[in-house]
Amino acid sequence: MAELEIPILTTTVEKMVQWARRSAIWPVTFGLACCAIEMMAMSCGRYDIARFGAEVFRGSPRQSDLMIVAGRLSRKMAPVLRRIYDQMPEPKWVISMGACASCGGVFDNYSIVQGVDQVVPIDVFVPGCPPRPESLIYGIVQLQRKIDKQRMSA
Amino acid sequence: MTTASVLEVLRTVVPDASFEEAASADMPTIIVDRDHVIETCRALRTHPDLQFALFVDVTAADVWPKEPRFEIVYHFACLGAAYTVEGASAPAPARRVRLKTRLTGADPVVDTVTTVYPAAGWPEREVFDLFGVTFRDHPDLRRILMPDDWQGHPLRRDYPVQVRKDAPSWSPIQITAEEFAASVKAQREQSDRQAAGTVQGPTGRGGRGT
Amino acid sequence: MNGFVAILIMIGLGAGFAGGSVLLSQFLGPRKPTPEKSAPYECGMPPVGDARERQSVKFYLVAMVFLLFDIEVAFLYPWAIAFRELGLFGFWQVLTFFALLSTGYVYVWRRGAFDWSKERGA
Repeated sequence: MAELEIPILTTTVEKMVQWARRSAIWPVTFGLACCAIEMMAMSCGRYDIARFGAEVFRGSPRQSDLMIVAGRLSRKMAPVLRRIYDQMPEPKWVISMGACASCGGVFDNYSIVQGVDQVVPIDVFVPGCPPRPESLIYGIVQLQRKIDKQRMSA
Repeated sequence: MTTASVLEVLRTVVPDASFEEAASADMPTIIVDRDHVIETCRALRTHPDLQFALFVDVTAADVWPKEPRFEIVYHFACLGAAYTVEGASAPAPARRVRLKTRLTGADPVVDTVTTVYPAAGWPEREVFDLFGVTFRDHPDLRRILMPDDWQGHPLRRDYPVQVRKDAPSWSPIQITAEEFAASVKAQREQSDRQAAGTVQGPTGRGGRGT
Repeated sequence: MNGFVAILIMIGLGAGFAGGSVLLSQFLGPRKPTPEKSAPYECGMPPVGDARERQSVKFYLVAMVFLLFDIEVAFLYPWAIAFRELGLFGFWQVLTFFALLSTGYVYVWRRGAFDWSKERGA
């Protein structure tokens, strides 16, 4: 009987932990350009991301779980993005918001990085220029579903 | 105040410069030869009839392959009654003026106007960074927008549009104050060497695209 | 004694929640330290120089003076509660105590420990 109970206990604990992690997913402010405006709109009263758990945008990466890269990443900014990502404690996730973060967008030139996934690993790509707040909320909900399915590593 | 009156004052104050009027729709536009840029700016700022005390911007236009290649464009504004230049008894009417000068592609050097307009420091750095125009006697000429070790001047006409390079994601964990000061110094020396001609910024390939 | 049981329960709940959260995150939280993660935060830029700068000594002076007068106040509180029983003699005793410490206060004040406008303080 004991052998049957332990996997169930671990699964339940895992489920609870993943539920806790995805229900209070706090982003760090990483608005770079125009997509940041839509990200701000998403966090304000009308589209309200707080009802999905992203209660507050933390100013410091050490207090956050999620980094929404909102806007075009220039080549000079890439090390800064990487450093901020490195300073977030595990577990952490990244959403690439908008066309410029996902693939360089309309800017295929000397200064814009063609896709933020050259610098940090991305969990969810949200297309749009800029994506509407509802699109970004859909992206966050998809990320929450992804977190639900993740297994906790020992 | 019309272009003619501005030109009249400038021709009296700076007699050995060559001034031309350029066609423009919005403000008086004057073209001066590059050796008299500082004197013209000083006249524009301090003369009681002109009093263009506000430095708005400096930028450049690259018309490669035509020569002279670079056209440096300065914008100044007079603030009217809000600001009277010292030494003037009454304020001049509020208006704007544009000053242009032309530089060849082989020798894109012009004097800095930071002695007359200290606000020109960073805009001139921007023109140096993106066009490769050297400003003689600039207190701190180094790159401002592009990364410090970038080769080339991106807004030149012969610079490729698409530059496919890997994005840099490494930065040092901590740097000492001496290293920081040394890297600033090295950038200034690099721009000095470029001005002296020993290091030519690459002019890019001779066509568009990769 | 009855009233204190409620306080003890509150303390137990508070400490239990705080301690339990810390313990839980010790067991369930991932541990992946890297040098970049522990580096000082400077908005993503590499921090220049050491964060250990020289601090002005006036902070130390104010802290010392505060400590002394805080302890003085800590002595005055029990006297204030019991001063009716202590009577007039107790009053004069405390006044002497207070006067001695006030002399010290006036001395520190006149030496300029509270004047932060001067370049070199007391």
